Amino acid sequence: MAATPDTLRDPAPVRWGLRGLVVGYVVLLVAWPTALVFKNAFSDGVGAFLDTFSDPEVSHAIALTATITVWAVLINLVFGVVISMLLVRYEFPGKRLLSVLIDVPLSISPVVVGLALMLVYNGRNGWFGPSLQDAGVQIIFSTPGMVMATVFVALPLVIREVVPVLQEIGDDQEQAARSLGANGPQTFWRITLPAIKWAIVYGVVLAIARSLGEFGAVKIVSGNIVGQSQTATLSVEQEYQNFNQHAAFSVAAVLALAAMLCLVVVAILRPKEEQA
Amino acid sequence: MSTVTASSVTLGAPRKRRARAHGHLGSGSTLALGVAVGWFSLLVLIPLAAVLVSAGSHGWSGFTDVVTSSQTAAAIRLTVAQAAAVTVLNVFMGTALAWVLVRDRFWGRRLLDLVIDVPFALPTIVAGLVLLALYGQKSPIGINVANTRYAVFMALAFVTLPFVVRTVQPVLETLEHDAEEAAASLGAGRWTTFRRIVLPSLVPAITAGAALAFARAIGEYGSLVLLSGNLPNRTEVASVRILSYIESGDQTAAAAVAAILLVISLVVIVALDIVSRRSSAGGIRPRRQRRGRHA
Repeated sequence: MAATPDTLRDPAPVRWGLRGLVVGYVVLLVAWPTALVFKNAFSDGVGAFLDTFSDPEVSHAIALTATITVWAVLINLVFGVVISMLLVRYEFPGKRLLSVLIDVPLSISPVVVGLALMLVYNGRNGWFGPSLQDAGVQIIFSTPGMVMATVFVALPLVIREVVPVLQEIGDDQEQAARSLGANGPQTFWRITLPAIKWAIVYGVVLAIARSLGEFGAVKIVSGNIVGQSQTATLSVEQEYQNFNQHAAFSVAAVLALAAMLCLVVVAILRPKEEQA
Repeated sequence: MSTVTASSVTLGAPRKRRARAHGHLGSGSTLALGVAVGWFSLLVLIPLAAVLVSAGSHGWSGFTDVVTSSQTAAAIRLTVAQAAAVTVLNVFMGTALAWVLVRDRFWGRRLLDLVIDVPFALPTIVAGLVLLALYGQKSPIGINVANTRYAVFMALAFVTLPFVVRTVQPVLETLEHDAEEAAASLGAGRWTTFRRIVLPSLVPAITAGAALAFARAIGEYGSLVLLSGNLPNRTEVASVRILSYIESGDQTAAAAVAAILLVISLVVIVALDIVSRRSSAGGIRPRRQRRGRHA
């Protein structure tokens, strides 16, 4: 963007007033409270902070969150790239509808997501749950259900990164490769994938952050059983409600740190996409 | 945390013609389409349909009995009122933030830009805990809003902060200065120039951001659990109501309230799609919409 010309700069009082207003707002609403979480987590020293994680329930919760995140992100990665390719490169009936529906998980309450999965997959009276249970598959109150809930809420993130890039690069090179005799998979691995790799990386980082932090949907489908189906976010709630505030702040600090790491990674990588 | 431009998935017109050149499905891509749509149906479409079916399973009167019962009606009213109030706040603060980030230059601007995204990235339960640390019982500055309606408002303001900023910012960045300079040279004041020249081009982006913020606020759950106290008729929001119906085993009632939230979300998504199509047809859509803005 071109620098703002001097004639269009706001007068100094307006500039300083606006600057003060927005900085004050963001500091009071986000920056200061977020900083306090780290302060509270380390208030009794690093030793006390680390002690929280020697509790088997807490470490189990964090391990479960990691497992769910890996599965959910892998599924969203594969699904996201396939759907993006189909939406941008092919024509099929219902395409417009599909591209609108893909966005639905972004604006839906996590509680509604949890309930929706519950209604279909619970083993007692769900639509598919009882037959799946007869076949030996339990989804609700176990890890598959929690993975599904997490996949649901993070579903559009990879797609929203990849689709605009696919549109931007067009398909000239892909057509050239094909006309020179490359088959579908060769064209994808050699031409398309290198062009969209940064978009995929951002999508994945965003999906990781979203998956680590999912709370409402997972709370409903997990049953929230301590040491079994309790994730890191659920253990924050439980520790806080059990008046174990220090443990709550410690787990929260780890989650916040992971989230911010994702933000910083995206902020650092973002310029590479523009060069590409 | 998510990309918030209203139109990044929906397919823009310019490239469409090109893609059509070889756009017929071969057998491999037909299979891929089938698998993808099948998975999407099992994960998203069928469960959401189940919410609507279950909400209607006791008939229309069963539905209205649930949503007009005093505690549930109060929760829905509170949710809609607070979400609307927070959306109005976001329209002003979000536009001001975008303006300062794009037009002003000062030390710490990059950091401010990064901090805007924190509410997207932070797990919602952590967001609630974060606000409790400064505005709860042990507040170091002596402000305690825990278990009040101010807490609901504050939590919603926190989680919706990035939406309007991140939709308005890219539009503001790609706005040409010519018209503003012309207005200024003809003697228009800064405020008149902003109101008459800049604001009209921002309206679609502000609307899109506001709609996303409203949808997010309506369904918010995680950040409110610890902060609002969930007091019936006072600070209990719709999503908390759904959860207590589920916990008491009444899935039909839970689905009735969920159906309301679901319909609001769908209306917002469809409205956004229409707005983004209209604005891209009118040429308001920014040229470099994705320029490094929305983490």
